[in-house]
Amino acid sequence: MISQDLQIVLPEIFLAIFAMVTLVGAVYTGKDKTASLLTWVTAAVFVILGLLIAVNGEGTRVAFDGMYVDDAFSRFAKVVILFSAAAVLAMSQEYMSRRGLLRFEYPVLVSLSVVGMMVMVSAGDLMALYMGLELQSLALYVIASLRRDSVKSTEAGLKYFVLGALSSGLLLYGASLTYGFAGTTLFSGIIEATGHDISIGLLFGLVFMFAGFAFKVSAAPFHMWTPDVYEGSPTPVTAFFATAPKVAAMGLFARVAFDAFGGTVGDWQQIISLIALLSMYVGAIAAIGQRNIKRLMAYSSIAHMGFALMGLAAGTVAGVEAMLIYMAIYVTMNIGTFAFILSMEKDGQPMMDISSLNMLSRKEPAKAWALLFLMFSLAGVPPFIGFFGKFGVFRAAVDSGLFWLVVLGGIASVIGAFYYLRIVFFMFFGKENDGLDVKMNPVLWVALMGSAAVVLVGAANLFGIVPAAAAAAQALVN
Amino acid sequence: MENLLSIVTFIPALAAAILALFLRGDDEGAHRNAKWVAMIATLATLVVSLFILAGFDPANTEMQFVEDRQWLMGLHYKLGVDGISVLFVMLTTFLMPLVIWSAWEVKTRVKEYMIAFLLLETLMLGVFMALDLVLFYVFFEAGLIPMFLIIGIWGGKNRIYAAFKFFLYTFLGSVLMLVAMIAMYADAGTTDIPTLLTHQFSTDSFSVLGIHVVGGLQTMLFLAFFASLAVKMPMWPVHTWLPDAHVQAPTAGSVVLAAILLKMGGYGFLRFSLPMFPVGSAVMGDLVLWMSAIAIVYTSLVALVQEDMKKLIAYSSVAHMGYVTMGIFAVNQQGIDGAIFQMLSHGFISGALFLCVGVIYDRMHTRDIDAYGGLVNRMPAYALIFMFFTMANVGLPGTSGFVGEFLTLMGIFQVNTWVAAVAASGVIFSAAYALWLYRRVVMGELIKESLKAITDMTRREKLIFAPLVVMTILLGVYPSLVTDIIGPSVHALVEHVNEAVAASDLTVAVAAEAAPAGH
Repeated sequence: MISQDLQIVLPEIFLAIFAMVTLVGAVYTGKDKTASLLTWVTAAVFVILGLLIAVNGEGTRVAFDGMYVDDAFSRFAKVVILFSAAAVLAMSQEYMSRRGLLRFEYPVLVSLSVVGMMVMVSAGDLMALYMGLELQSLALYVIASLRRDSVKSTEAGLKYFVLGALSSGLLLYGASLTYGFAGTTLFSGIIEATGHDISIGLLFGLVFMFAGFAFKVSAAPFHMWTPDVYEGSPTPVTAFFATAPKVAAMGLFARVAFDAFGGTVGDWQQIISLIALLSMYVGAIAAIGQRNIKRLMAYSSIAHMGFALMGLAAGTVAGVEAMLIYMAIYVTMNIGTFAFILSMEKDGQPMMDISSLNMLSRKEPAKAWALLFLMFSLAGVPPFIGFFGKFGVFRAAVDSGLFWLVVLGGIASVIGAFYYLRIVFFMFFGKENDGLDVKMNPVLWVALMGSAAVVLVGAANLFGIVPAAAAAAQALVN
Repeated sequence: MENLLSIVTFIPALAAAILALFLRGDDEGAHRNAKWVAMIATLATLVVSLFILAGFDPANTEMQFVEDRQWLMGLHYKLGVDGISVLFVMLTTFLMPLVIWSAWEVKTRVKEYMIAFLLLETLMLGVFMALDLVLFYVFFEAGLIPMFLIIGIWGGKNRIYAAFKFFLYTFLGSVLMLVAMIAMYADAGTTDIPTLLTHQFSTDSFSVLGIHVVGGLQTMLFLAFFASLAVKMPMWPVHTWLPDAHVQAPTAGSVVLAAILLKMGGYGFLRFSLPMFPVGSAVMGDLVLWMSAIAIVYTSLVALVQEDMKKLIAYSSVAHMGYVTMGIFAVNQQGIDGAIFQMLSHGFISGALFLCVGVIYDRMHTRDIDAYGGLVNRMPAYALIFMFFTMANVGLPGTSGFVGEFLTLMGIFQVNTWVAAVAASGVIFSAAYALWLYRRVVMGELIKESLKAITDMTRREKLIFAPLVVMTILLGVYPSLVTDIIGPSVHALVEHVNEAVAASDLTVAVAAEAAPAGH
């Protein structure tokens, strides 16, 4: 019995042991000298693990009496998490080692946070949920302040920690209320206890827990930490924040919404609709005034979370499917965009002001076109895949009768288009100035061009992720 | 050939990809290569598209040359043409080589310029051929990107404002259309346009935010589509992006915008609004008719006082598009025949007029009407051609402009005499602004110092106009060329709409609505 359980959680156990072995190994050998190698090895491990999970897993298996669920949904999320974490690690190696930031703890902490994320999306119990969430968060707090001699980076880490602790408190409070009223921490027990008519205590528990999740996905009105943390953290860390943890938190959100409270979709539908609506508008409007591209991407991610939550708000299989596709597309676009942001330098110093992009198209047409593709895709303009992501969530929401949300979401996407267009404007119609350094690390170049190619070519068939997402959604909602 | 439409659509995109990937350098030779690749690609598209025209059977009102493939998320990649769309395809393939040729003297970033136009051609052709709602939307929206870049990179002084306004204005309208498309999918369970053409959307009245909606879902869908198509058309009062975009766009961009992009709006009305929401169209029809009539008179008056030539022609375009919407929503054979005819003819004439402005703009780098005068003394050939197209724009009998205006007015007269009377006055206004423009620019003594050395049109410029002159006269004296092809499809459309409106209880609903108010 126990061996079967262990077999199901094997990927997580393996990754946790890997992280600890590398930690100890690096301490007793070359310390930071091994960091580059370690980063690459960790990225390779992520990719291999992701491939194994994608190929091997089938069906739904439950471990530890339901505390841990391995189903198509968790596998889909895990594959996206692992691949995006690997991409970000590969992109960060050169940038960080050139600035002396590449300590061996970085890949180790990333591995640990990935373990946390994998537990999050597989959680079948409030305890497992909280363990995964905190493992992930603690690792993230540390890497946010990786640049110890920078005031901004330390501030980012501290802010993230304090606000994160607050949200964890909310979450725990909600979890304890839920436990108190349901008498169990197992999701399968909670869903039985709620039935089709949720009691007021459970409703409170649900609201507090959702507030905690909204903080983790940086959805308005719990988004305040995002711009500061994005701006202050070292750019590779920002890239990481923007991708894998968002997928994990969104996966967790969906997991709890359906596995624990799936009987009362109508009760949480309004909450998530409102959060989605606020996020879309906060993200779209607040980004207009931003000049720092990292802050801009922070607001962009808030808006995107709003659109993804719209899929969740639909409360149907199609909605979860659309949400998963949206997250996969969002991650792809962000990896490309951050690959570019990592290369934004002037005389070797990071240059985050968007006006430094002036007339990039004259000096480096290939990069400018790639970023143009990504910006239009982020804005949701066809034929790029960002449009299909939005189309999917809109369709799911309309099917659930959330017309008002779709109309307002559409308008938000037009407002949001303005700041993406402004980046295109700087690159293509701006004033001549001395601009950015020309050279770009080959890894970043590959990530940028690859992601630009994907957002264009993906319009043909989305690389077949639709059936995978459909299976994942089917597994979650039943 | 099974893939004829795909081949036509994607030849320009293929050429654009070749240019983007393989053409290097920014010297004279590279520029020449880029222009020739673009020219050959657009000519090849024209030649291949002739096979569509040759194989097209006007008597068949079904979709022809249909291609159907599975796409993603349950959507289909489905292309086809019928009598309504086939001539728009031909208009596009016919004009694009001329557009490329007119851009022959561009010196800055030639490669990107050609790529933008080639992509634009692919997307425009896709719009006219798409038989899946979402595929249509993809082509329709994606066309904004190259146009945004064309205005923004190669435009005039105020190009950034114009580019943003163009993009955001049209994007906002389109998003509402997307929502409507999703609602149609939710209602009918398919995004297949031929199926939706026969689908009966609900006309049961309901209330939205306390407002009673006659015609129910159909009216709401109609309004959502209207938000997008009226902006694209553009109709008064949402036309204000067009003058800005036209003035700032480079000549070739203006030509594409006026000649082809605006036609997407009219095509959308004919493809979606009218056949799919006949009751919605009937409910909102009067409003649209009056908006058209106001557009014709108001924008003609605005055109009278313009000081910028391009702006004047842009307002004249809005006025002419007013005839188109009026003809469409007259919902009879003459009206719709006339609307399609007017769109095609306007494609040739307005394109030519923007080229006329381009000719002197290239020489003097100003579009101010005041900066010119007496050009006939030094540019006789130009004076002749400009005269010809001014007359065509006014609607002189014998040119294609006359046929379109006459047919739409005839169509509307049978439906709403008052609208017809107001719209007919626009004919006089259009003569006023067009002829006055001509007098100020071309006639009189040549007294401006700066104009003393101006040269007449080059052979290239003359040759660009030749096909346009031929088409304008040909359609003017022999309109059956067009009406024979579109006639049967238009007839089927009118029948379908009339049946649907008669079958609905709309008259009852409206009467019930009016009755309490009357008492």
